[in-house]
Amino acid sequence: MTVENSAVSGETFGQTDDILRAEHISKRYGAVTALVDVNLRLGRGEVLGLIGDNGAGKSTLLKTICGFQPPTTGRILLNGEEVHFSSVTQARAAGIDIVYQDLALVNQLTVYQNMFLNRELVRWPLLRNRSMRKRAKEQLDSIGISTLKSVDVEVASLSGGQRQAIAVARSVFSDAKVLLLDEPLAAMGVKEGAAILDLVRDLKDQGISIIIIAHNYGQVFPVCDRVNLLQGGKITFDKYSKDTSVEELTNIVVSEYRKALEERHRRTAAS
Amino acid sequence: MSDVSDTAERSPDIIGGAGGPAARGPSPLNSAAAIFLKQREASVLLIAAILFIYFATTTPAFVSHGSFVNIAQYMAPYVIIGIGLVLLMVCGEIDLSVGFVWMLSPYVMHFFADSGLPILLAIVITVLILAVVIGGVNGIVTTYFGVPSLITTLGSGYIIFGYALTVSSAQQINLPDGSLGVGRWFGGEAWSEIIWATVLVLLFQVLLTRTRWGLYTISVGGNLLGAREAGIKVNKIKIGNFMLCSGFGAVAGILEAFKNNIIDPSAGQLAVVLVALAGVVIGGTAMLGGSGTVIGLWLGVLVLAILNDGFNLRGISSNKFQIILGAAILVAMIANTYLTRLRSAGRLGGARK
Repeated sequence: MTVENSAVSGETFGQTDDILRAEHISKRYGAVTALVDVNLRLGRGEVLGLIGDNGAGKSTLLKTICGFQPPTTGRILLNGEEVHFSSVTQARAAGIDIVYQDLALVNQLTVYQNMFLNRELVRWPLLRNRSMRKRAKEQLDSIGISTLKSVDVEVASLSGGQRQAIAVARSVFSDAKVLLLDEPLAAMGVKEGAAILDLVRDLKDQGISIIIIAHNYGQVFPVCDRVNLLQGGKITFDKYSKDTSVEELTNIVVSEYRKALEERHRRTAAS
Repeated sequence: MSDVSDTAERSPDIIGGAGGPAARGPSPLNSAAAIFLKQREASVLLIAAILFIYFATTTPAFVSHGSFVNIAQYMAPYVIIGIGLVLLMVCGEIDLSVGFVWMLSPYVMHFFADSGLPILLAIVITVLILAVVIGGVNGIVTTYFGVPSLITTLGSGYIIFGYALTVSSAQQINLPDGSLGVGRWFGGEAWSEIIWATVLVLLFQVLLTRTRWGLYTISVGGNLLGAREAGIKVNKIKIGNFMLCSGFGAVAGILEAFKNNIIDPSAGQLAVVLVALAGVVIGGTAMLGGSGTVIGLWLGVLVLAILNDGFNLRGISSNKFQIILGAAILVAMIANTYLTRLRSAGRLGGARK
């Protein structure tokens, strides 16, 4: 099952023993092509930063990996074995969980109800609320979320950071081995963001492999082992963090902006 | 601070943030009042109690057996279809057709009894068939074809209406022979229908608040995309609740036929849906989905029943009663909204928008 080199866009794709590989993934919505032959790998215990412009296909890629939607073509390998997920529940059972950008929290439910959403403890027909409260509380304590003093409040009343922490905590809960974080720092204050990055480090120390999507790569760069850049539905850049820098990434992004700007000027001049 | 409260009520001041523990020292009376007002059903219970006391002190014969039977019999069918409407509204949908299921169901029951089924079996089969077929169609048209449920059930309601008029030739018919013994259990006796209604209310309050189905119903109405992202099969939840609602419509129609001792083509229809909806919203169920209460519905319909009975006893004509009903809906809703605002302001220290 070797991948021929010509199709490999990333410089590190030849690595073996990856926990997760997405090979030749493409995704089309009718006439719109969101992903073009994407090859992405995630090493065991690695934190991968997936960066790119708005609309580059970052969220689409994660949603094909987590079972929310199937890719149009391509395949996904978990621990070297090909997997097909027809639902997020299946992917979660296999150890892949996602924290969506919108967090998928239900405002009207309490913290513990959200943490157990679609993985409730049940003594049929009733929910085991007491056990869920207790375990939710333990979970939040164990990942060091201290600002939240009760799991009985409605999620609507929490801050952005607390909401993010709960969404992350509930993924860790389901014994995720691979965690996909879609813009975990979006709309978050500096302090809250720092707490989330600490959480990511802790999870990595626990052996969880993580992909972080970030529009603002400067914020997540310090926790990433490796960075991939997604441009126009393709991965165009793949380097270990030690071999690159925020400056290099900025240069790439800035040159992209410059190109777009020149194109715009050319078109304006032509018309 | 580290222990987790096992009580159901949600205590305030738990969101520490940077503020530290809040230093309010509530008196026992205040905190009892606060706990009371924190319950969604509190405001409507208060309204029902005030109305009850008002009529009990001003209207002779309000506190009497006959008057209470009136209240119970008025309440029962609206409570029953209201349960289905609460479930649907919590998951963000509505069903106007349930009143026409109410109209159709005793005819269907009569058909099955005529074809030789024992009456009890005829009732069960009627309820199941109408729930699955009508609720199923409502749910599938709404979820898979993306038609807003108000429109779906307007259309299906008219279809059922026309069908019921056609098969009945718009004629009253008597209950099936030999059904009266069973009928006593199903609405024939003064209290039998309200007992059914109340048992169903308790069952479905537990379903809504203590089971997976209820949790998913709230999730689907509270955050449809989020529920889907969490892996909840949102269409299944919606279709299931449409089926429950149609099933309740069938139950109410059959119970009413036994209560009135006649199968009548003018029973049910849109008017009953509107009364039940009034009870649902007065009871504290949000129009926008994501929250609701079945107990609240029971109390909301109780408010309507007290008004109806009280004004009847005072000899106010049913024409004028419509005005009072409308005003009561508005006053109850304004009070409800106001109390809800107070409630969330208290909980969130006024921080919420």
